[in-house]
Amino acid sequence: MFAVELARGLATTLRELVAKPVTVQYPEEKRPVSRRFKGRHELKRYDNGLEKCIGCSLCASACPSDAIFVEAAENTDEERYSPGERYARVYEINMMRCIFCGYCEDACPTEAIVLGDNYELSFYDRRNSIYDKSMLIDPVAEGGKPTPQKVEPGVFTRSIPVMKNPQD
Amino acid sequence: MTKPVTLTINGIQVEAPPGTLIVDAAKKVGFDIPVFCYHPKMEPVGMCRECLVEIGRPVIDRATGEAVLEEDGSPKIQFGSKLELACATPVSPGMVVLGKSDNAKAGRDDILEFLLTSHPLDCPICDKGGECPLQDLTMAWGPGVSRFLYEEKQHLAKRYPLGELIMLDRERCIQCGRCVRFQDIFADDRVIGFSQRGRSLEIVSYSEPGFDSYWSGNTTDICPVGALTTMDFRFGARPWELRLAASICSQCAVGCNLALNVRREVVTGGDWVVKRVMPRQNEEVNEIWICDKGRFGHHYAEQGPKRLEQPLVRKNGELQPASWDEALDLIAERFGSAGAGLFTLAGSRLANEDLFNLDQLTRRLGGKTGLYTHMGGGKLTTQVGLTPGSNFKDLGGGGENEPPDAVLVVGCDLEEEAPVWWLLLRQAAKRGAAVIALNPRATKLDRDARFSLRYPFGSAAAAVLAMTSSLSQKPHDLPESIQDLSRNPDLKAAAKAFAEARNALVIFGSEGMGLAESAALAQACANLLLTTGHTGKPNNGLLGAWPRANEQGAWELGWEADANLLEHLSQAEALYIVAADPVNDDAAFQSAFGSDKFVVVQDLYLSQTARLADVVLPVQSWIEREGSYTSGGRRVQRFYPAIQSTTAMPPKTEAPGVRRASVLTGSVPELQGPQADFAIPSLIAERLQMDGLNHSSAAAVFAQIGETVPVFAGLTYQKLAEVHEQWPIVGRADMYYGGTLYENTQGLGVQLELARTGAPAQPQPAWSQVEDFRLPKLGLMAFPVTRLYDQGSTLMHTELLHQRIGESFVVLNGFDAARLKISHGGKARITFNTSAQSVIVQVRLDAALPERVVLVPRSFGLSIDAPTPVEVRPAG
Repeated sequence: MFAVELARGLATTLRELVAKPVTVQYPEEKRPVSRRFKGRHELKRYDNGLEKCIGCSLCASACPSDAIFVEAAENTDEERYSPGERYARVYEINMMRCIFCGYCEDACPTEAIVLGDNYELSFYDRRNSIYDKSMLIDPVAEGGKPTPQKVEPGVFTRSIPVMKNPQD
Repeated sequence: MTKPVTLTINGIQVEAPPGTLIVDAAKKVGFDIPVFCYHPKMEPVGMCRECLVEIGRPVIDRATGEAVLEEDGSPKIQFGSKLELACATPVSPGMVVLGKSDNAKAGRDDILEFLLTSHPLDCPICDKGGECPLQDLTMAWGPGVSRFLYEEKQHLAKRYPLGELIMLDRERCIQCGRCVRFQDIFADDRVIGFSQRGRSLEIVSYSEPGFDSYWSGNTTDICPVGALTTMDFRFGARPWELRLAASICSQCAVGCNLALNVRREVVTGGDWVVKRVMPRQNEEVNEIWICDKGRFGHHYAEQGPKRLEQPLVRKNGELQPASWDEALDLIAERFGSAGAGLFTLAGSRLANEDLFNLDQLTRRLGGKTGLYTHMGGGKLTTQVGLTPGSNFKDLGGGGENEPPDAVLVVGCDLEEEAPVWWLLLRQAAKRGAAVIALNPRATKLDRDARFSLRYPFGSAAAAVLAMTSSLSQKPHDLPESIQDLSRNPDLKAAAKAFAEARNALVIFGSEGMGLAESAALAQACANLLLTTGHTGKPNNGLLGAWPRANEQGAWELGWEADANLLEHLSQAEALYIVAADPVNDDAAFQSAFGSDKFVVVQDLYLSQTARLADVVLPVQSWIEREGSYTSGGRRVQRFYPAIQSTTAMPPKTEAPGVRRASVLTGSVPELQGPQADFAIPSLIAERLQMDGLNHSSAAAVFAQIGETVPVFAGLTYQKLAEVHEQWPIVGRADMYYGGTLYENTQGLGVQLELARTGAPAQPQPAWSQVEDFRLPKLGLMAFPVTRLYDQGSTLMHTELLHQRIGESFVVLNGFDAARLKISHGGKARITFNTSAQSVIVQVRLDAALPERVVLVPRSFGLSIDAPTPVEVRPAG
């Protein structure tokens, strides 16, 4: 009896010795996240580089943990950040407050805020938990220009684009 | 009292006075009929059609005049074939209103669907979003979906400024006409209107500069959509993010109730910021209106780089930062040694508590006090002023057997000096009150006045005496200058209307007058009131259109305007100047600040006077602290702290434990940053081993005022905070009814009883005081006038208004302009013969002004405290 148990145990050890390890070498190696994963927020841009965020604060009002703070200002054609009249001069998310519920995404009328794949949110100082706009906003896509842009007058008059109902 | 009408709304029986509109009566049964164009302060027009209801009326037999009955004995009700407007239909006996029937609901839903056909639905970026009637009503009533094609929405200009104060979004407008009607009915500035028709209908401004009115901000409050918004608040914050602090306007003597909307901001480093100023309902003071000066002129009180942050003490000839202890020790030592040589000069921007403490400190040291103002006669307003129960809203045409009320406005361009009084008086005139405008020139009040009378410049008091004299059997000797006026039959008629009025009040101002002249005018007005018996009862008495918020309070607390200010300043050993800047107003005062004199200036900014001081003390502005003002209508009202003065907190780098430790150990933490005006005199008194002054809180000081000053007897902050139900109901869940303004839950204030001591029961002999003022035969005479928008230190911090304020100017009459060849808008050099002051200013022409008269606006860079001979020459 004892010998059988011993053999079985040793067999497990021997099998695991040659098996491929499950350990992931984080941070060199990262595991993919699921399709609906809710990580750090990203502020999206249009292809031309203009910010999608119009500074309406609806994300802040939808936020159950009061993690978002927005201050708006007015666009001009000389200094345009987003389409329409209004843009977010200040956009801050306190990651320590955020519970990653995604209500901000739901509230956003321009699909500007999206919870992305980044889960690497650690900081030594609580002040660093506040992510400002420069940390949240996506880089300008190829072919686009950074904001503020100088644009033709009368082109970007609408804040909210015509959008299809969301699929999925 | 007329018999109320009984009707049924949604199956509930309700009583309402005849003439009540269904929409108002429905509120009594808790049914909010949706409205856009209807406003409880204005006549209905029925433009939006949103208030559709089914209305049935009892059938009357024409032959007998009796109601036809159903078989069960109930009256037979005949419903109309179509839906009717609840906002434009008055109640009638036996009426049956169905507001919730399917038919009525369907009608309202369809109207809402139509209203939204060209509305952009850009609520996320709209400043009205969150407090928008259209948004709320669409949630409450609308069909939820639209049958119209989204692509066919009409697109119009989104950014269409009507001048530099108000922004119009043409797409959002639902053409309710509230703004146009407000400008016609209330503001009487027909500067905006409808242009085009049908779907092209749009709001336009006719004036240059656009929307040229002192009242434009009110249209943004009553606009039921986000079509009209203010530039000051543009994208400032979303309404739900704002906190509210109740306040009182600090700009003039009306004492409008305000709601300050505040928020902390990143761009200010986390400090509280006043984002906007909104009216707060007080039907006894400002109803629901405020002028644009009150709405936009608060920026001086904000924290900014120019504000004084710590005490300055003169060392080696320079003002250098010092600690409060150092500054207060020095002041206590010097004030103590000066004793009776102390002279305290206070501006009437200060709250009751400040003035009380300053007075206590000075009086106990044996010193003298003086109120810094250009208007006299305040003592009379405490004796024959308004009494509790007075309300401009009660003034009107009288009853069936009663004569109408009368209001005499003398020496006062009311819209410029006390705007909201003008607004309310216009409504009183519409209700039938006899408004008598007795002025040296045409003012806006003339349009609504029953009697518009002119007196020659400089003869205001004489003109009132002429009015009094015309009532008496024995005519008095009147000065030569007003002989023409005294023979005017209109003057006699006006005097008669005033004497016979049910209630009569007099509003006097300082148009073309200095301290002495306005004091004489006040006396003449008091005589008129006493002769005609219009004192000591509600809605009767004397009101001063004071230049500052708490001037009435200063007089009530025993402060008096100083007629020999320069002399008193020069003679004093030590000066304590609070909220006043005499050197900036008149450089002549500079001579009073000798090197041997100890001068303490207490102010928000480093004023011209402060630059000459030995010690400068920083104070908190009215939005950073608590206090109370007494309005020109003798109403004591509280204002609450809106923002925390972050500079008054310990420095941010300080370890958090320190403050707590001081509480535990009982040691007093060191004073930091600006302090409240009432606290500083008390801190000085503490160092002088003087007890009885309080600096712990404004409430404690006010309680002391209540114990010490007879007219304030029994008043406490609790009393001032009392409220009662007001009509119309605004600012609750049914916000769309009156606009985005605030209900008053923080206090309506208390009107003071009349001062009994030394009150004149009989008219004082004022005849001898009135001089026979004549214009010089040669040369020009300058008269000071008040403009609402001036270059005063409380308004110049509002950059938005700079364009409206404009550059320094004088108003010249047509004759002399032609003689001197100066055109409108041209430049001229004006030289004051008495002070040798000589400045180049813009000239505006007024053809209606009499010859040899120049009007010099106060606080426009020119020093003028009384009528002064001047020379005007064309320049450049």
